[in-house]
Amino acid sequence: MTNLFNYIDRPSPIHRLTGATKFVCLMLWSFAAMSTYDTRMLLGLTIISMILFLIGRIHIKDVSFMLGFTLVFLVINSIAIYLFSPLHGTKIYGSCTYLLEYTGRFAPTAEQLFYHFNYVLKYLATIPIVLLFVTTTNPSEFAASLNKIGVKYSIAYAVALALRYIPDIQRQYHEISQAGQARGIEMSKKATLISRLKSASGILIPLILSSMDRIEVISNAMELRGFGKKKKRTWYMGRPFKAADISAMLGCVLLVCLSLYLNHINGGRYYNPFI
Amino acid sequence: MSIGNEAELLLEFNDFGFMYNAQAAPTLYNIDLKLHRGERVLIAGPSGCGKSTLIHCINGLIPFSYKGQMTGSLKIKGRETSTLSIFDISNTVGTVLQDSDAQFVGMTVAEDIAFAPENDCVGDPMLHERVLKAATMVGIEDYLKHAPGELSGGQKQRVSVAGVMVDDVDILIFDEPLANLDPATGKQAIELIDEMQEKTGATVIIVEHRLEDVLHRYVDRVILMEKGRIISDTPPDELLSGELLSQCGIREPLYITALKYAGVSISRDMNPSSVDGMIIGDDAKKKVREWYSKPVEITEDAPSDELLSCESISFAYDKGERKALDGITVRINKGEMTAIVGTNGAGKSTFSKVVCGFETEDEGRIFLNGKDIADSSIKERAEHIGYVMQNPNQMISKVWIYDEVALGLRTRGVPEDEISVRVEKALKICGLWRMRKWPVSALSFGQKKRVTIASILVLDPEMIILDEPTAGQDYRHYTEIMEFLSELNRQGITVVMVTHDMHLMLEYAKRAIVFSKGRIIADDKCHNILTNMSIIKEASLKETSLYGLALKCGIEDGTGFVKHFIDYERHNIRGTRKEEAYDQSV
Repeated sequence: MTNLFNYIDRPSPIHRLTGATKFVCLMLWSFAAMSTYDTRMLLGLTIISMILFLIGRIHIKDVSFMLGFTLVFLVINSIAIYLFSPLHGTKIYGSCTYLLEYTGRFAPTAEQLFYHFNYVLKYLATIPIVLLFVTTTNPSEFAASLNKIGVKYSIAYAVALALRYIPDIQRQYHEISQAGQARGIEMSKKATLISRLKSASGILIPLILSSMDRIEVISNAMELRGFGKKKKRTWYMGRPFKAADISAMLGCVLLVCLSLYLNHINGGRYYNPFI
Repeated sequence: MSIGNEAELLLEFNDFGFMYNAQAAPTLYNIDLKLHRGERVLIAGPSGCGKSTLIHCINGLIPFSYKGQMTGSLKIKGRETSTLSIFDISNTVGTVLQDSDAQFVGMTVAEDIAFAPENDCVGDPMLHERVLKAATMVGIEDYLKHAPGELSGGQKQRVSVAGVMVDDVDILIFDEPLANLDPATGKQAIELIDEMQEKTGATVIIVEHRLEDVLHRYVDRVILMEKGRIISDTPPDELLSGELLSQCGIREPLYITALKYAGVSISRDMNPSSVDGMIIGDDAKKKVREWYSKPVEITEDAPSDELLSCESISFAYDKGERKALDGITVRINKGEMTAIVGTNGAGKSTFSKVVCGFETEDEGRIFLNGKDIADSSIKERAEHIGYVMQNPNQMISKVWIYDEVALGLRTRGVPEDEISVRVEKALKICGLWRMRKWPVSALSFGQKKRVTIASILVLDPEMIILDEPTAGQDYRHYTEIMEFLSELNRQGITVVMVTHDMHLMLEYAKRAIVFSKGRIIADDKCHNILTNMSIIKEASLKETSLYGLALKCGIEDGTGFVKHFIDYERHNIRGTRKEEAYDQSV
């Protein structure tokens, strides 16, 4: 079964960073990648992100489901942009170079294709980092480090618990839906979308009810063992920030600065090779 | 062990009572109870007798999570609990909850054990030391980095115990520690509790209705509860020599039942709390032998036609991983009542899933009434083979009983007038007809179970497979559910039960199929299986105490003795019990 959030425990320098470091880096990295359309910067980020992905020792097959999902989304998005705004690139770069003899509204222009290229690069620069974060961050260690950077521990623990229960709930959903199918609740691709949505409620109600039972048990178990007793708590999985954490975050801050600097010298978010 | 008056008084109830805010009548009345340091106490009673409420009062969940009115006094170590917080109490009282799966808080074993000291702000290196110490105490130190899903039921329980032992508590509470364990693991759990008590000198309170299993190790007192009151508080030997147990619907140990059938009266000086330590006089032994030699009239079932046949089925959840089923060949005949047993992960549930079409076999063929059903969908198979999940809450999706039972017919497009006829029939069979206009939420667990069975029966299957039909039920509800299933079986429906419960096997199944590591290691009459040491060991079952009794009374053929017991019960006892249970349900 495919788990959406699946921590994969393999020894790597990325795994050794604390969860909070990875979270801060993810935020900075995304900001750097999102704030610019400078092709050189995006290409650089894409290449680095792929190298980091390799360093993290995560294989494509570990993340195939999420990767496929985002790529399909990317393709749909690109097509939509082209259909609704085929002259967007021309507007941005201020020139119009037709690639074919045909010159209608939907005629391909070098500017539009370049814009699309940049758009795709933005995704490619970010996706590996998101996947890396999800697969190399141990939920409990993440909670510990969130708490360390100032998030209340009850919230941090709730995040960790939620992550921990996702596989359980997926498994339960699977079991309930099988029993439902036996009674004729059609969930296969044969049924129409509407009837599938309707049937889904037949599975969600038992899923919610049995989850409520579990929530009661777990909250009792936590209280009985002193959760909430003090203003602070310690973490078995907590790790101190190390030099690598500091340098990783500094590196990401530099990337953001670089991205902002490029926006400044480009006189906007776009790098224009057509001038 | 004797507890002198000099032992410290840890827990003292004085004319204590409790009423939940949402309820009209109190759940506990006039509780007077004293527990001293180092005592081992078993609290037993039928469902709804107030035993869970009582322990919630001790561990502080009442009144901190469940609100209500307390009367009288309850003191822990001399301090009135109403002046304490749940956290103060948790320093003295440690609770191991019933469901060790659901109470797992940490991602890994180590984190789960560390949970309490973490909340107490214990820092490193103390934290890691204490976790290791507690883990070593219960023998789970090699699994510190494992996730709960990778552990067996017994290991999970060890982790839960370590999680409370990590604090030096004075009182350890175990809430139905045997509920989800197979027989052999249950035995180990009782041994573990015993060992922990010896190591720490703590007071141990076990809440459990499986009396015989708890008495596997020494217990000072058994507190019997009924309808919110303590009705007896005696050493186990005294309790077993009286009649109170059967009156409040607690199952007495099987060897005691057998002795009573043989006409032996049980007295306190026989030490009846364990079959090994029991003193059985020559006179009583003679009575048992006489009882054994008296033949019971039994009607052998005529051989019937084959219903389901599986030919070398193999299945793995992930390609390349260990096979969950490995060359399963088995046939089930029409009208059988069969048990499938084995440890967790032995392949029992996987087998049911493959038969119902939830999973598709990698190899092998399945025949139903001689026809290969490889091409039948889940929905089509369900019209012949019904599957009832362990937890009814996982199956029920409608608000009203009638709609819930009608669901399977409506999705199949059956006309409403035919639906009403078939639903009526199913509801009547299940004793739910007078409740047909009720919402499902108004029902008890056992009644919900019957709703799920009705919703399967309405499709007219020839066979139903039930996953742990009686898990977590007390003796009365157990009997009610099982007599109901026997009645269905008499009406011609083939019943297959996946179970851990050895009593269920002995009393209700004619045949048992034993799974171990994805294979069938035995397929035989129950009395043969439960007296075969190598199968018992491999399948994590437990030898029945009847066998021990037979040997003790000089009967060499222990297997024959067990068979005699089963036949005697079926012939003389069961019929009457059935009518009682059925009267209550209809």
